[in-house]
Amino acid sequence: MAASLVGVLAVVRNVSVKRTVRSKCLISSSHVCTRRLGASACRNAKAQVKRSLSQELVGVVGLEIHAQIHASTKLFSGSQVRFSSPPNSLVSFFDASLPGTLPVLNRRCVEAAVMTGLALNCTINKKSLFDRKHYFYADLPAGYQITQQRLPVAVDGRLSYGVLVDGSQNHVLERSVRIKQIQLEQDSGKSLRDGHRSQTLIDLNRAGIGLMELVMEPDMCCGEEAAAAVRELQLILQALGTCQGNMSEGQLRVDANVSVHRPGEPLGVRTEVKNINSARFLARAIDYELQRQMAVVESGGTVVNETRAFDFKSGQTIPMRDKEGLQDYRFMPEPNLPPLLLYDQQTAPMDADPTQVILIDQIQEQLPELPRVTRERLVKTYGILPEHSFTLVNEDDLVDYFVSVVQRTKAEPRKVIGWVLKDLLGQLKQRCLSTAQSPISPLALAELLDLLEAGRISSPAAKLVFQELWKGTGRSAEQIVEQQDLGVMRDHGEIERICQSVIDSHPEEVRAIRGGNRNVLNKLMGRVMKQTKGRADPLLVRTLLEEKTS
Amino acid sequence: MLGLTIREVSQAMREGRVSPTELCRRCLEQVKSTSYLNAYITVTEEQALQQAQESQVRFLKGKPKGPLDGIPFSVKDNFCTESMETTCASRMLKGYRPPYTATVVQKLLDQGAVLIGKTNLDEFAMGSGSTDGVFGPVQNPWSYSVQYRERAGADAGWTIAGGSSGGSAVAVAAQTSFFALGSDTGGSTRNPGALCGVVALKPTYGLLSRHGLIPLVNSMDVPGILTRSASDAATVLGVLQGLDKKDSTTIPPPATPTHLPEEIDVRKIRIGIPREYHAPGLSAETLSQWTRVADLFEREGASVEPVSLPHTQHSIVCYHVLCTAEVASNMARFDGLEYGHRSALEDSTEALYAATRHEAFNDVVRRRILAGNFFLLKRNYELYFMKAQKVRRLIAQDFARVFHGGVDVLLTPTTLTDAAPYRQFIQEDNRTRSTQEDVFTQPANMAGLPAVTVPTALSSRGLPIGLQLIGPALHDTRLLALAAWLQKRLCFPRLELAGTWAEPGDVGVAPGLQGALQGHT
Repeated sequence: MAASLVGVLAVVRNVSVKRTVRSKCLISSSHVCTRRLGASACRNAKAQVKRSLSQELVGVVGLEIHAQIHASTKLFSGSQVRFSSPPNSLVSFFDASLPGTLPVLNRRCVEAAVMTGLALNCTINKKSLFDRKHYFYADLPAGYQITQQRLPVAVDGRLSYGVLVDGSQNHVLERSVRIKQIQLEQDSGKSLRDGHRSQTLIDLNRAGIGLMELVMEPDMCCGEEAAAAVRELQLILQALGTCQGNMSEGQLRVDANVSVHRPGEPLGVRTEVKNINSARFLARAIDYELQRQMAVVESGGTVVNETRAFDFKSGQTIPMRDKEGLQDYRFMPEPNLPPLLLYDQQTAPMDADPTQVILIDQIQEQLPELPRVTRERLVKTYGILPEHSFTLVNEDDLVDYFVSVVQRTKAEPRKVIGWVLKDLLGQLKQRCLSTAQSPISPLALAELLDLLEAGRISSPAAKLVFQELWKGTGRSAEQIVEQQDLGVMRDHGEIERICQSVIDSHPEEVRAIRGGNRNVLNKLMGRVMKQTKGRADPLLVRTLLEEKTS
Repeated sequence: MLGLTIREVSQAMREGRVSPTELCRRCLEQVKSTSYLNAYITVTEEQALQQAQESQVRFLKGKPKGPLDGIPFSVKDNFCTESMETTCASRMLKGYRPPYTATVVQKLLDQGAVLIGKTNLDEFAMGSGSTDGVFGPVQNPWSYSVQYRERAGADAGWTIAGGSSGGSAVAVAAQTSFFALGSDTGGSTRNPGALCGVVALKPTYGLLSRHGLIPLVNSMDVPGILTRSASDAATVLGVLQGLDKKDSTTIPPPATPTHLPEEIDVRKIRIGIPREYHAPGLSAETLSQWTRVADLFEREGASVEPVSLPHTQHSIVCYHVLCTAEVASNMARFDGLEYGHRSALEDSTEALYAATRHEAFNDVVRRRILAGNFFLLKRNYELYFMKAQKVRRLIAQDFARVFHGGVDVLLTPTTLTDAAPYRQFIQEDNRTRSTQEDVFTQPANMAGLPAVTVPTALSSRGLPIGLQLIGPALHDTRLLALAAWLQKRLCFPRLELAGTWAEPGDVGVAPGLQGALQGHT
């Protein structure tokens, strides 16, 4: 508990450093002084700064996340769900809102929502209802969206996630955010503006795809926390298979409710930052908005309740033009769908058609291992650091890769993790490759680590072999070592000869060492290692050099 | 031949006394000779003859599909029929050809029944006269009868058919179809059924699929069945009822068979007479028919007792809120983008919506949309919509209490009076008319109960008067058995058409629409 409190401060500090500088600037400017503090208060400007620091403005962030349900068909129709299909090729009569068509609830979508709710520690409502939310928009063919406004399928959950504080420090802080509810609803179509012909083109492929809207309470304080929470959610959804979670394909869309206030005071007026469709920009968009609001408040202004969009080019949030003004959605119960009833094995009606019954406890039993448990298992089983478990789980397929290497090598898991995270993942990231695209198979890496473990190659040589393996020539580590003569030098005489030649060619350095500057010895060691391509035993080399320079 | 019941004409076809194509042709001829009634929006002559031909082959092989094979029928023009115009009598859907067929229509086609045409209605089924559609008013064939001519006088003028399924009721009454599908939200099948002197069943909510029925109020709409006999209605119900995967509100039908027993014993039956149905505006003639039939039941040994449905009086106002709210919602889809009328005004998407909806909906529809949106506003929702829903539950509970108390069926009037002359009817606006006309029929929709109107007698003007039987949910067949029992004893007279009225001015069709009408019939 104490650790998390410290954590909050640590994170807040990270965000507010820049802002504190800014607030000092503001207060020292005469304009702000006269307006906010008055002439007499100006003399106490220094005290004011202190006060404002002790009553630091803090950010409050809540999220609304739309997760597209991974299902083969839409929420209420039999149309296929597929990304980037030809426009309007996946549209049923219902999706196009043809009069007389009726919604038929997709069982898979309900199961996905229940499973997601259970994974997020929600209470699953045994009875939930569907409502119509009305607004006119070209990509909403029926003029209303079917959603769950009154009684959603899942409520009162909690998502635990970890925040990696300062990547370099490698420290993980445990956090959690309350999930207010998960509701099932329809996705809308897409409008494309053809400015050239001044017309709007409508693609209904997306219209009616099942969405889970997850509402997260304002328990986060900055972009970094929000991004970490979203990342954890993404991992959970992917582990469950209920949403593919690809933000760039719009499978996961985030709206952030952002406000600032002083602790102990009521929450400030919030703005909604819409359409953050990239994990990369999530934290930036929120932090920008927080800092903007802090600047507004500190300069004596008021934050306006509005919807803003994040412009990734400028890195700013900008007000969205809202032509309709305040929307009244005129909610109404959806009369064509009876209440959604869910059961337990105990409570299921005896005479019911099993295809029409969804059992909550059965889904609970089928829950796969969640990322959090995977991380704990990795730490416990392999003795790796918690932050390393985060990195492993964060990357698709990397856990399997790591485990696969560990199972095939004699090297300690704690050594393996270094190679997997630093060398392999480093290279993959640099080249924007996924784990599955790695040119080095787990087996190849395992063989390499075995050579290292057996002392047949030195650590520097192992790096060279790794580089060779990366080229994907199909040769094994063993073959590379053989062909490029990278094995550890066993010939004592040869090493001694090389040491001697280095000493002979560096009289200045030798003099310095003999004069007492022992550090220079490292330089000579470097020369020897270079000449031996890192194949000589460093301990042996040091001993020999020390003997020869004493 | 055209005046026979389904059972009789089916028998005639089996015995080779008439062929399906001959029957179909005679119906089509009758459609033409009664075209002045304006009952049809579209007559599907070619397809009908094709279907009749196929049916004929089956009869010749001695393998007809069932009791409806070869039977000509018609469908209200708010049921979708694939590649066949489905207009809802609105400019909005003029020329609209749906790509699919409503479940109930498909079931009839699958049984070999022969679709004659799509029938006229009030625009989007909003009305009680079949006078407010873009194709002009439907006329009641009884106002062209010998009886009416004799009793009402030469200048009485033609009367309305009732609505909104006026075209379907007329199709059956004027013997152009052996049965017809209507839709019933507040009485839209039973009202014209009563005014046109046919049997009209509003089945239990959920018993028949609404898939393909262009909705008025989803939570009350049911496809209705119009026939000349209660036993025919049972036959059609047997074909139509059942779960539909495309309509999640459908319920499994009761296990009991739908064909009616030859005779029933009414001595064990308890009949309730709701006190509150002695409504203001109830004509003396209708009241006397109501009494007459109650006495008939009593004489035959049934127990007839007064019952109370105290919340019925609130039904209409409550219906008004719920109906307009759903209308506002259901009509939101008509924006001119995916289908239907699209305005030429394309300054912006919003302008296009506004112009499209203004141009293509009539005043009645637009007013209901406006009212409905008002009731659904956040600030009004609890005050109106929620309250109306609560009242709806009370109304349903009234019925439940009476039926739970041992009453088997309620006997009530179907309408206040017989059919009004068109000239008189249009003195009041649609809303007022709907409020007045639906008073006896509408509570059954609130409660989702089955109800059937039975033609009882002719009024002093020679126009039909019908009485309604309301039963507990899923007692549709029992209700029809009782209706059949009544029909047998009431000896409702046969319609004898005397030909058109001398003055065409009485037709009341806007001159500009004459062309459209001819084009469609």
